[in-house]
Amino acid sequence: MPAHPRHRRVATTEPAWLRRLLIGLAIGFVGLVLVLPLVAVFTEALRKGIDAYWAALVEPEARAALWLTLGVALFCVPLNLIFGIAAAWAVTKHEFPGKAALITLIELPFSVSPVVAGLIYVLVFGAQGLLGPWLVARDVQIVFALPGIVLVTLFVTSPFIARELIPLMQAQGTEEEQAALTLGANGWQIFWRVTLPNIRWALLYGAILCNARAMGEFGAVSVVSGHIRGQTNTLPLHVELLYNEYQSAAAFAVASLLALLALFTLIVKHLAERLQVRPRAPATAPNIGGIAA
Amino acid sequence: MRLAAQSGPDSLLNVSYDVSREFFRDLNAAFVTRERSAGRMLRIEQSHGGSSAQARAVADGLAADVVTFNTTTDVDFLAERGVVARDWRQRFPLGAVPTTSTMLFLVRRGNPRGIRDWADLAKPGVQVIVVNPKTGGNGRMAYLAAWGAVRDRGGSDADALDFVTRLYRNVPVLARGGRDATGAFLQRNIGDVLITFECEVISVDREFGSGRVDAIHPSASLLTENPVAVVERTVARRGSAELARSYLNFLYTPEGQEIAARHGIRPRSEAVLRRYANVFRPLKLFTVEQHFGSLAEAQRVHFNDGGTFDRIYTPGKPA
Repeated sequence: MPAHPRHRRVATTEPAWLRRLLIGLAIGFVGLVLVLPLVAVFTEALRKGIDAYWAALVEPEARAALWLTLGVALFCVPLNLIFGIAAAWAVTKHEFPGKAALITLIELPFSVSPVVAGLIYVLVFGAQGLLGPWLVARDVQIVFALPGIVLVTLFVTSPFIARELIPLMQAQGTEEEQAALTLGANGWQIFWRVTLPNIRWALLYGAILCNARAMGEFGAVSVVSGHIRGQTNTLPLHVELLYNEYQSAAAFAVASLLALLALFTLIVKHLAERLQVRPRAPATAPNIGGIAA
Repeated sequence: MRLAAQSGPDSLLNVSYDVSREFFRDLNAAFVTRERSAGRMLRIEQSHGGSSAQARAVADGLAADVVTFNTTTDVDFLAERGVVARDWRQRFPLGAVPTTSTMLFLVRRGNPRGIRDWADLAKPGVQVIVVNPKTGGNGRMAYLAAWGAVRDRGGSDADALDFVTRLYRNVPVLARGGRDATGAFLQRNIGDVLITFECEVISVDREFGSGRVDAIHPSASLLTENPVAVVERTVARRGSAELARSYLNFLYTPEGQEIAARHGIRPRSEAVLRRYANVFRPLKLFTVEQHFGSLAEAQRVHFNDGGTFDRIYTPGKPA
């Protein structure tokens, strides 16, 4: 063997067979755990042919489920953007009593089982719940209707953006904001010109994760949905429903739609990451390095 | 903020059990057509799920006008909470049970193990697929059918206990629900016989292709009831009581009974039953009340923690 490649190999001293074994294991694992189920979803979905596949997707109840799911995500992601930025800003740029408690609270939805989250809302807003009699008397329906679905989805997805932003903003510190302040910028100017450009990629990444979860959430939504077809059935619930009714091909067709939404999300994330490692404006370069690390 | 189904008494929400979608889709279409010819335009919304989970949701505020379940205890649960009338059994004909079903066996095509009746399920080497009675109504009915079949032939409770113990020794693993059991039997090809509802047979043929399994009618089996009730809490608020009653009464009409029969659900009408005699082969049917007092009583004795089922079945230790 020529000297040059051998010289390069110094960094990895493992024998070739071991490297091949490890790479093989990794590829095998990814294939078995990630690729195979994905392929299975699409083969099952197309088991009864492309016409049946298409029919399952354009059927009115499936269409209603798709619109509901997109609508819930469209509502939850912007709200969580505002909440996430506000929370991260408060926690990382300011000192105040109870800060540690606030950080813990922000993470609470991660540690609570989604089913429990759904049940909490039923216990509060349900007919037999805390506010139930008051709501019934005023003819306001929260759970088993759209407001309930939006509320639990907000609950479950609320930590995603804040959790992306907080470590980054902590690492960045407050020097740049302080510099802007000494140069005479007001609060909004500091936010739009200094803070937001520094966090935009993390923000986008957080929004993508938040969106994926908002569209895919099953447990919490299942508890508060009421499963009214064409009304309160989201896509993940529709998949279960079809499956329970022995319509596997249709169930997998709708599941493949969710898988496509997930793949689309991954592609957007990938593009975002590629943009982030190729900075255009020199001024933002140092901060971007911070994210990549 | 009212974004649920109800926008006035020109619609009804029927909260129902799983796997009843095809039946109610046809029934609702027929009812809507009948009402339209009488000059009333309306829409029937459907919600499907596990019967007990659905009852829970209605109690918690799901704005159902009517409930159509496959277990009477689920309606009793609502009656106890004042959501449906306490005397719901008296509000509609035939004890508010417009349709019934029963438990049958599905075996592999050609019946290679020669299964004819309940006794064959307890024979050594036969693998029985059945739902866990602790987690699914389907499983409770299968268990009570097996127990009741012994009592119905004049056996004692001790005989029934012995038979059911031997039967559940032949169960390789309990399924969580009806869908799970069918999946184990037909997709994973586990077991020689599946105990399930009569109306499942038709769905199974539709999804998995007919001719893969044969239905076996035992000499006697349990009559299972599909009760209906008006949700007083909702109809009082919406003024939909009359429409709800008219909808549930439609289930008792010859047309409603005929639609049920087409979906493998037993009609109560003798005339319709006779017309579908090839589907609903006559077999001796006994009720829960005959051998167990009531479903609530059976639940307490057999399925609650520490009940008979817990004593005869030890998970992971078959045979």
